[in-house]
Amino acid sequence: MAVKTTFDFDQMLSNAREAYGEELMRMADEGLDFVFTYTDNVAPSSSAGKFVKKYPDRCFNFGIAEPNQVAASCGMALAGEIVFAQVFGPFLSLRSADQIHTDIAYNDVNVRLIGTHAGVTAGGGPTHNCIADLALYHAIPNLTVVVPADAGQCCKAIRRSMTYHGPMVIRIDRGGSPNVYADDSYDFEIGKAIETVPGDDITLISTGSSVYWSMMAAKKLREEHGISARVIDMHTVKPLDTEMLFKCARETGNIITVEEHSINGGLGGTVAEYLLEEGFCGKFKRVGLPDEFALLGDMDKVYSRYGLDPEGIARTALKLLGRAQ
Amino acid sequence: MYHPKIDINVVKELEETAYRIRKNLLTFIYRIGMGHLGGELSMVEMAVALYYKYLNYDVLNPFMCDRDRFVLSKGHCSETLYTIFSDKGAYTLDYMVEHFETLETAQFGMHCNHKYCPQIEASTGSLGHGLPIALGMALAARKQKKYWRTYVMTGDGELDEGTNWEAIMAAGHFKLGNLTLIVDKNQLQMTGPTAEVMNIDPLDKKLEAFGWEVVSIDGNDMYSCCAALEAQPPADPIVRRKPYAIISNTTKGQGVDFMAGNVKWHGGGIAKEQFDEALASLEKNRKVR
Repeated sequence: MAVKTTFDFDQMLSNAREAYGEELMRMADEGLDFVFTYTDNVAPSSSAGKFVKKYPDRCFNFGIAEPNQVAASCGMALAGEIVFAQVFGPFLSLRSADQIHTDIAYNDVNVRLIGTHAGVTAGGGPTHNCIADLALYHAIPNLTVVVPADAGQCCKAIRRSMTYHGPMVIRIDRGGSPNVYADDSYDFEIGKAIETVPGDDITLISTGSSVYWSMMAAKKLREEHGISARVIDMHTVKPLDTEMLFKCARETGNIITVEEHSINGGLGGTVAEYLLEEGFCGKFKRVGLPDEFALLGDMDKVYSRYGLDPEGIARTALKLLGRAQ
Repeated sequence: MYHPKIDINVVKELEETAYRIRKNLLTFIYRIGMGHLGGELSMVEMAVALYYKYLNYDVLNPFMCDRDRFVLSKGHCSETLYTIFSDKGAYTLDYMVEHFETLETAQFGMHCNHKYCPQIEASTGSLGHGLPIALGMALAARKQKKYWRTYVMTGDGELDEGTNWEAIMAAGHFKLGNLTLIVDKNQLQMTGPTAEVMNIDPLDKKLEAFGWEVVSIDGNDMYSCCAALEAQPPADPIVRRKPYAIISNTTKGQGVDFMAGNVKWHGGGIAKEQFDEALASLEKNRKVR
């Protein structure tokens, strides 16, 4: 069944950070039991801040100490709790790598690490860029990694995680990303990718906010060049939906991956590994941040500079198809 | 350290148990050919005092609700725990040898793993993890309004890791009176004396400055271990109290003369002659009150 997307409604923004706080509040109001941990990164005026105020006995602020927060979240889970841990993305993956590996994944606990500020959405330069996290997560066994395409899907992932066994990372932007889905009537299943735009000439496999940009690129390709580009929302980057990948490779022959991450070790790398091992002989290109510390600038400037905006993605597709002007 | 509630006959019995655990531990390490005997021998008195008297814990019912939690942060010293689990009837020594790091059939490993061995509360090995994990357990007990206590044992060299100090600060901040830290201060780390590699002293003053109640004891003296554990405040999840730290001053390789205080005995196996000599040394040093 085709999903309803906001494909035709440009720039309807929503904020996953706000939305998931509201979802936590709804779940707690419904009587669901869980713990929330954070590291001096929840503003009192935010939805998560309101949740902390309403349910103080289940919320713990660890100060600016991510490894301690992640490890303590493991301890809480070992004592029977389901834990949502909001962590500033770059410091979750880089500073707490050992804790994610050993305390969360190896201990096999029900902790949901919510890594915020994906890609360069934090602004402020490479110290605050979150571009190596997926590479790390891919190499850690027993870790499910969900990168919601928009705020509504983030809420679905949060709610689904209450009955999901095992460690999970949920990677979201700083906020203010376009809605991909028009409503929440579609089925969301962890590990099952969603086709948001049908197409036959090329597939854009994307995750997180880049799903929307890929959809805009697909629109541009169709309207301006008569190219039929399929768009896949690979919201679960680990484990990959290889069935969907295989289908797209077979049906469209040309694959582009798009992600707010380094081109090394992220969605693109994993897709390439899978396709090569399956004998894929079509054309392939990764769109992401190149292997350099990103130039300084706000998110829009940086993504545009590195070809992560709809125009850049469309350019890459045209080049791949031999249609570059 | 003195405590009026300590029964000297119980102490005697625990000392005898500690002797037995050391003997079985040496046998186990000799048979599997690997271990970390220095640190495993130094912690025996405290581990015995906990598992045979102070922990509300049943090794035959490891998932018991409201049990006290013991996290071994110096996860490379797992064999002391396995030996205690065996002594209390969970496994035979033969079974442990047959299931030690044997791939698909492995149930015991050099480093603690709670998925393979249910008596282990948390998988550890990378140093500096157990204390933050225990902090989380104690916070969970507070949230659940449960009266069980969380114990964590770290090494002294391990305290070089900064995550310990993040957790020490947080436990003081949260006033977790249901958390007990035991530092097995055996004064040696892998390549040399802790004081030379990275001095952690004055540890008592540092912990006190972070908001902890601290006692410093001879950790190879069973009476002192019992007295320090007896003196803990009740593990009340509601009342905010200082967390409790026991600096357990011990000797690495305690009980075996050629291992005691010898940095060479951090890790490895033992040869037959060494094993025989170690048992003889253990017998010679056997404490009789």
